[in-house]
Formats: sequence, C-alpha cells, structure tokens
Amino acid sequence: MNFSVVTTQFWSLVLQGLALGLIYSLVALGYTMVYGVLRLINFANSEVFMLGTFAVLWVEIELLDHPVTAKPLAGFEMVYTLVIALVGSMIACALLAVLVELVAYRRLRARGAAPLSSLISAIGVSIFLMETMRMFTESRPQTAPRLLDKWSFGEIAGANFRIDTMLAIVSPIIIFVILDQFVNRSRLGKAIRAVSLSEENAKLMGININRVISLTFLIGGLTTGAAAFLYTTVYENTVFNVGFNMGIAAFTAAVLGGIGNIRGAFYGGLALGMMEQFASAILGSQWKAVTVFVVLVLILLFKPNGLFGEAVQKTRT
Amino acid sequence: MSALKDFNLRDKGAEIWSGWSRPVRTAFVITVVVLVGLLPFAPSWGPTSFLNTPITSFENVLVYPVGMFVLMALGLNIVVGKSGLLDLGYIAFFAIGAYTQAILSTLYGWNTWQALPVGMGMAMISGVILGLPALRVRGDYLAIITLGFGEIIRIVALNLTTTGGPNGIAGIPNPPTIFGFEFNLMYPEHFFWLVLFMILLTIWMIRRFTVRRPGRAWEAIRQDEDVAALMGVNTLVYKLWSFVIGAAIGGAAGVIYASKVMVISPDMFKFEVSILILACVVFGGMGNIWGVILGASILAYLPERIRFIADERQIIFGLVLIIMMNLRPDGLLPRKKREKIEEKRTM
Repeated sequence: MNFSVVTTQFWSLVLQGLALGLIYSLVALGYTMVYGVLRLINFANSEVFMLGTFAVLWVEIELLDHPVTAKPLAGFEMVYTLVIALVGSMIACALLAVLVELVAYRRLRARGAAPLSSLISAIGVSIFLMETMRMFTESRPQTAPRLLDKWSFGEIAGANFRIDTMLAIVSPIIIFVILDQFVNRSRLGKAIRAVSLSEENAKLMGININRVISLTFLIGGLTTGAAAFLYTTVYENTVFNVGFNMGIAAFTAAVLGGIGNIRGAFYGGLALGMMEQFASAILGSQWKAVTVFVVLVLILLFKPNGLFGEAVQKTRT
Repeated sequence: MSALKDFNLRDKGAEIWSGWSRPVRTAFVITVVVLVGLLPFAPSWGPTSFLNTPITSFENVLVYPVGMFVLMALGLNIVVGKSGLLDLGYIAFFAIGAYTQAILSTLYGWNTWQALPVGMGMAMISGVILGLPALRVRGDYLAIITLGFGEIIRIVALNLTTTGGPNGIAGIPNPPTIFGFEFNLMYPEHFFWLVLFMILLTIWMIRRFTVRRPGRAWEAIRQDEDVAALMGVNTLVYKLWSFVIGAAIGGAAGVIYASKVMVISPDMFKFEVSILILACVVFGGMGNIWGVILGASILAYLPERIRFIADERQIIFGLVLIIMMNLRPDGLLPRKKREKIEEKRTM
C-alpha cells in the first residue's frame, strides 16, 4: 500500500492512464460494434489486435527496411513511415476481421445457431491465429524499431508530455469523433443502427444485412488496427499472446461503459486505463487485474447496464 | 447433406432406449460401464492399440485431461447447458478444490477423503459469494464477472504466501488406500476408476435433477427467464443452485486432481482451461449429458493423441473447433429437437 504516489505523481498517472485507456477503448470498439449488431462476443478480436502489432513490425522492418537497430527518423521520412505503418496495420486488421466474420460467424448465423456456437467457433479462430503466430515467431517476443524519437513537449506538474503518449491520446480521440459522426450522420451508419435495433425490420426496409455486418467488422478491425499501431509505438515490443490480456482488458472496458455502445467504449476504456494505472501505483502491479475486476463487479451491481448503458441508449450502434 | 443435418443421434438413441425393458436397460448400462472401466488396458490389446498416446501414458491421459474434463464439463453443463448461464471462469472452482486439498494435506495432514467434502464446500461457498451478486445482472455481464472471478482466484493464488506463490504447493500426498484400491504412481487405472465413479455419480445426480423440480425450473429459466419468474419460479434461487452444484462438481474434481498430480501451481488454472471446458460443453452439445461427455472426451484426448506433431497440434485443434462448429452448430449430440424448436420460437 503506497498512497503517497497519488499525491506526488497524480498528473503523471492520469496522463499514462489516458494513453493506455484510449488504446483499450479502440480495441473495445472491435467488441462493442460487433456486439451492438450481432449480440455476440467477438472473441477473435484479441487475435486481430495481435496480428496488427505484427503487421506494424512487418511494415517497419521488412517493407520499409528499418531494422530493429535503426536510428530514430526525422522530418518527412518519419511522418510517412509512421503513416504507412498505421495504414498497413489498419488494413491488415480490417481484412482479418472481415475474414473472421466470413469463416467463423456467417455460416452459423445463416443456420440460426445459438450465440454460444459462434463463440466457440471464434475461440477456434483465436487459437488457430495465436498458435500460427507462435510457430512463426518461435514464441519469442519481438522488438519494434524506435522510429519515433521520444522527445517531450515538456513537463507540467510532474506529467511528462512525451510525443508517443500524446500520439496515443490525440489519435484515438480523432478516430472516435470521426466514427461517432459516421454512425450518427451517414447513410451506412444509419443502416448499422437500424440492424442493431432490429435485424428483421432492417431486412424488411431493404437493408443488406450481410453487407452491414461485414462493414461493422471492417470498422472494428480498422480501430483495432489503429490501437495495434499505437501500442507498438508506445511499448515497442510484441509477442504472440499479446492479444490475450489486451482482449480481456478491452472487453472489460466495453462492458464497463455499456457494451454495444460507441461512447460507452470510449469512457469505459478511459475508466479502465485510469483504474489500472492508479491500482498498480498504489497496490503494486500484481494486484492490478484484481482491483479492476472488483471495481467492475461493484459497478455492474449498482449500474447493471454499465456506466453509460442507459444514458446513451439511443445512440447505441 | 440435408440427411446429415436432420439426423439426430440423440433422438435416435432415446428412441431405442425407450423401446427397451428394464432388465435390458440395466444390462446395457452395466456392459457400457465395464467396457469403459476396461479402457486403461485398451492400448495393450492388439485391435485397440491405436488409442495409445505418445509421451504421456494412456492411463494417465484417461485421468487427466480426459476424465477430469468430462467431470468438469458435466458440472459446467448444469450452469451453461441446463440453465443457460454463461460461465467463463469455471476453472476457479477447480482451483479452489485443488488448493483446499493441497493446503489441508500439506499443512494439517488431512487425507483426500477428509478434504473432499471440505473442498466441495469451499467451492460451493465461493459459488454463493460470486453467484448472489453476479446472477442478478444480465447474461452477458455474468460472462465477464465470472471471467474476472477466475482471474482473481488465479492471481490471488499467485501472490499469497500460503498458496506458495508462482511455485505452487508440492508434496501433496496421494489418497490413502480404500476398499483395497491403492492410489499411487504405479496404479493410474485406480485413479481412472475413481474418476469414473465420480462421473457416474454426477450423471445419476443430473438425471435425477432433470426430471424433478430444479431441472424443470432450469429449463424454464433457460427458455425465458421473465416467463419463468411470472410462472412463480424463484429464478434467483434456482440459478444460484445450478451455479453452486456446478461449483461443487468442479471443486470435487480439483481435490482429486491435486492428490493425483501431487504438485499444483497457479498456471494450471488459466483462463484458457475455462474456455476449453466451455468448448467441450458446446462442442459436444449443450444441455445433453451424453453429448457433453463425448465432446469432452474428444477435445481432451485429441491434443494428447497428436502430441507427436508438437508445433501444429494446437493449430489443428483450432481448425477442428471451427470446422465442427460450422458443420454441426448445435454440437455433436444436440439436445432433443422438440426443445430446440421451442427455444427458437422464444428468440
């Protein structure tokens, strides 16, 4: 127990919590979007994230030829390298997510199987992807090259505004704003909301259900890919089972905010990231997960629909 | 293809079964039990020697994972299959049973038979503590709460000194001799018979429950909880009972497991195992005990049988899950057709 860190490092913890939490909330979107439309837990999303981190590595090391020992880049070269890595990871994740839907869910859905059957099929996909990657990397953690020189904007009240932390805070916010506008304003967004309200009625209104569902997986994959890029840039390493803990955390974040609802994923991720940072600072990092789950249980007891389940029910995807 | 889809082995089996008279049924049951009991000797007999597993001996594979997985899948089936509650942290009860046995035997010198009821009791108590709050929330949230519970138990075991931290507890004694059966490394088949006896007891208990009030209440809750509540079923109490009975079976399996392997550590009780047992239940056919037994036997045995292809083994396992669920979404032996149709109508 070390409560003094709360007063001495408060702003630093908040900043770290924001960065971690927003990465969580991007992955949480992969769960929450799919849950909103299909009412099933997209178990394979954690492996989509895992593959995204490896896609970033592949783009940086193989495609653009920056070995692990490469010096940090500067200027225009840095910008376009990072942008290509981000786009590559997003495309890889989006394609994989759509493929997962085709392989694991579509046939089962067409036959009207119980949601649990889809869950097991997704678990199969998850095991398959994880074990394949374990074989390719021989279970070794992989290091990412440090292409982004980690200079700092400065320190305010003990909080170090480092460039990678800022990147992990600003870009998710931009993505969330775009996504929120897309779902609430555009025609396709309207279709997604319609399917989530009632699949039957949406079908009667002439909406192509399969296309909407693929689109949902595509969006979930895109945001998960962005999260994978940010994760690799901030933590600079990855391993074949990196998706597992990330998946549990992101799913918890989605439930915390009220699953099936985009803004819920945003706030849920933030809350979870903060809780993890403060819990590991106060109690030690080994009790981090326990604290998070205890808080989650307590919140669900008093607000059974998650923190933002009711308030934004209308805008749920 | 459609013939394969419409064919339901479970219905066919039930039809044949109901056509038999009582003595025939008894004879059939005894034959099956004896045949299964003879399984540990199968690899040394010519025609069935293909069953033998590389690396771990077949007798030991029959106890863990096969026997233990069947037992746990039966316990989880009460929760997931019978009353339709998604439990993603079932391994926690197994861990509680195993640690109870380990602590009682190494610190206080209790033997397995004395620790067994305590282990089951501890699992049941934790089932109540978890279930009382958790069963009030909606189904999807129950999944995450149970998942969290499973992780909490593992992390607590990893960090406490009583549980030996990451090293776990070693030197757990084997069960003492009972009815002339010795339990040690020399006789893995005795452990198998013990597990088989527990499995039979569990099957008998579940079949009794199914035809009585709790079974009907679970059925009603699974199909539509609101309607069940309107009909006067005390849903919370019966959901709690299914949770607690499932926990007791998991705890019992844990106690036996700990005294079989003699050393336990937190990484035996990972989230993956919970998922694997859930996969056994769904793969075999939720709600149907024979399907669950078949599913658990296959999913526990298969990875051991193909252990010679060390690297690709888990990949094949994943592929089998995907292909099987796509071909038979309701599992290998689904529950009765009639029940399924009703389920769809309410959805």
